[in-house]
Amino acid sequence: MKTLWTFSFSRWWAMVLKEFLQLKRDRITFGMVIGIPLAQLVLFGYAINTDPKHMPTAVIAADRSEFTRSFISAMEQTDYFRIVGEYPDEATGRKALLRGEAMFVLNVPADFTRDLLRGDRPALLVEADATDPVATGTALGAVEQIARSVARKDVGGSLAYLAEGEPPFAVHVHRLFNPEANSRNNIVPGLMGTILTLMMVLMTGLTMTRERERGTMENLLAMPVRPFEVMAGKIVPYIFIGLLQATLIQLAARFVFQVPFVGSVAALYFAALLFVAANLTVGITLSSIAKNQLQAMQMTFFYFLPNMLLSGFMFPFQGMPKWAQCIGNVLPLTYFNRLVRAIFLKGSAWGDLWPNVWPMMVFTVIVMAVAVKFYRKTLD
Amino acid sequence: MNGERVIDVRDLNKHFGDKHVVRNVSLQVDRGEIFGFLGPNGSGKTTTIRMVCGLLTPDSGRGTCLGYDILRESEKIKREAGYMTQKFSFWDDLSIRENLDFVARMYGMRPRRKIVDDALAQLGLVDRAEQLTGALSGGWKQRLALAACMLHRPKLLLLDEPTAGVDPSARRDFWEELHRLAAQGISVLVSTHYMDEAERCHKLAYIAYGELLAQGTAAEVAAAQKLSTWIVHGEDLGALAEALKKSPGVEQTVLFGAALHASGRDGAALERSLREATAGTACRLERTDTGLEDVFIHLMNHAVDRTGFRK
Repeated sequence: MKTLWTFSFSRWWAMVLKEFLQLKRDRITFGMVIGIPLAQLVLFGYAINTDPKHMPTAVIAADRSEFTRSFISAMEQTDYFRIVGEYPDEATGRKALLRGEAMFVLNVPADFTRDLLRGDRPALLVEADATDPVATGTALGAVEQIARSVARKDVGGSLAYLAEGEPPFAVHVHRLFNPEANSRNNIVPGLMGTILTLMMVLMTGLTMTRERERGTMENLLAMPVRPFEVMAGKIVPYIFIGLLQATLIQLAARFVFQVPFVGSVAALYFAALLFVAANLTVGITLSSIAKNQLQAMQMTFFYFLPNMLLSGFMFPFQGMPKWAQCIGNVLPLTYFNRLVRAIFLKGSAWGDLWPNVWPMMVFTVIVMAVAVKFYRKTLD
Repeated sequence: MNGERVIDVRDLNKHFGDKHVVRNVSLQVDRGEIFGFLGPNGSGKTTTIRMVCGLLTPDSGRGTCLGYDILRESEKIKREAGYMTQKFSFWDDLSIRENLDFVARMYGMRPRRKIVDDALAQLGLVDRAEQLTGALSGGWKQRLALAACMLHRPKLLLLDEPTAGVDPSARRDFWEELHRLAAQGISVLVSTHYMDEAERCHKLAYIAYGELLAQGTAAEVAAAQKLSTWIVHGEDLGALAEALKKSPGVEQTVLFGAALHASGRDGAALERSLREATAGTACRLERTDTGLEDVFIHLMNHAVDRTGFRK
């Protein structure tokens, strides 16, 4: 019993030293020890802003006047809106929303100024892409504010009576694609890509290092098999696993979480296939670079972190500073999140998906080239 | 044996970091020859074998294996050579049949089913074909590994310590199989630590600290060192061995229970020292042929002497 309570300072110190020495030599762990907190601080401190600004906004102005101009410039001054263009009619405005080129469309009806001067209380229409209610919520709140202040400032003189009490015009807000502003409708489809990223990269990340650790890599290298054959051969089973997981998440989203699904199932599977392929190439590449399974695991989490934070899954993409958006633009998950939300909630047509499809293809091809380059054909 | 060179490599060098693990190694192996590769652990045997079959790129040196350039044509060498790794390297989580089937597919063997069945029958593993390979004992794993690297009918076998940890009767069976293959014209480069196995090779090479110290038939290797060896029979040989260590002419002593081997290059001095040390005791002296073991221990000590402790 007594031995339980004895403590050798020197033995303990020997352990401490040994652990430090091993940690010092294990560069990757050491890098993670420093890198992950730094990355999290930077991301949470600077990059993540749930009150996104400068969201792309399009204008359909059927009536141009001093008043509409001042309304638009007031919108810009709130910092929430960035005017990206003018569209001739509602159909093109809707299309911009579907493709994700604009998040808001301001619609000024014909004769708006005339009706205003007549005191008919005309209405402005703001259409918002509400797939991510967090992103659009505060901005829409700001629109109501603008209506009051613009009316007070611009409608002076003989019409000053209009500024009293109720604003002289109304702003109608249409939350498109997710009218109840239900954040579950945004998060659950987003989970598909997040889960797939982690699973696909982790599973393939381990396959090559496993061969190396068990000594079977030497055997594989002694056989007349080409690097591309090994990698492509290892990827295929995981494509099926990935599609199976996508199916499970899709069914859970629709029937457990009651997320509306207005798009095409075929488009969803097409997007999932591309996305799974992109992630598998990442996994295989990490696997070729990592020296053992532990390193592969660590690299996976290193890859996973920016994916979760910067892809628009957790926080609105528009709320991130430019540099964070640049990182996000490299990640396939950013595009997949947009695709999945577009398919689930907007029912976007195939053509509208293209802007988010080709970046994933380019990513896959580049990463695969890196993987083949890093595959060690010898034991050197 | 028709003198056709199967392995002909010259001046191979390999560094790992700042360690020079293989120094100017040249090897020649003829068709149908069993070539034994000996040397202490970490002497560069595995590295040399890996360079011959294209798994490692030599830092310098050149040569051919099966007529193909080891630097540029390793893909072709892999197709015609069978390499058995030192550590069992088939997939423990595949069944025996699945492993053989994988190998057969890799080499495009046809008819695959029959080739795998024949290999299983020859191994005597038909009943256990569906068992997971991880469940096999060491001896069976070794037999499976040999069968698997023979499956594509290679012209050359590169075997890295194939019998380490295998019981004596299984080792004897294994060597009978090797001689049967050699008789069919298959060449074998085999590394080993066992002296009885060394003696069963047509030719030998001894490597220590990355340097090839001797090469030739067992008799040639032994003769080249010009060692005289005496056996001392008697009791309390441990003390005698200690006493002899500093005597002139005695370069090494090896204890074998009831006998002591003492060797040295200066035969006359060795004999004088032995006679002095055993004078007045019940020990009996007997001159003997220098065995491979004595030669290898001598070579090893010699290498350390000459090169210092290189790590």
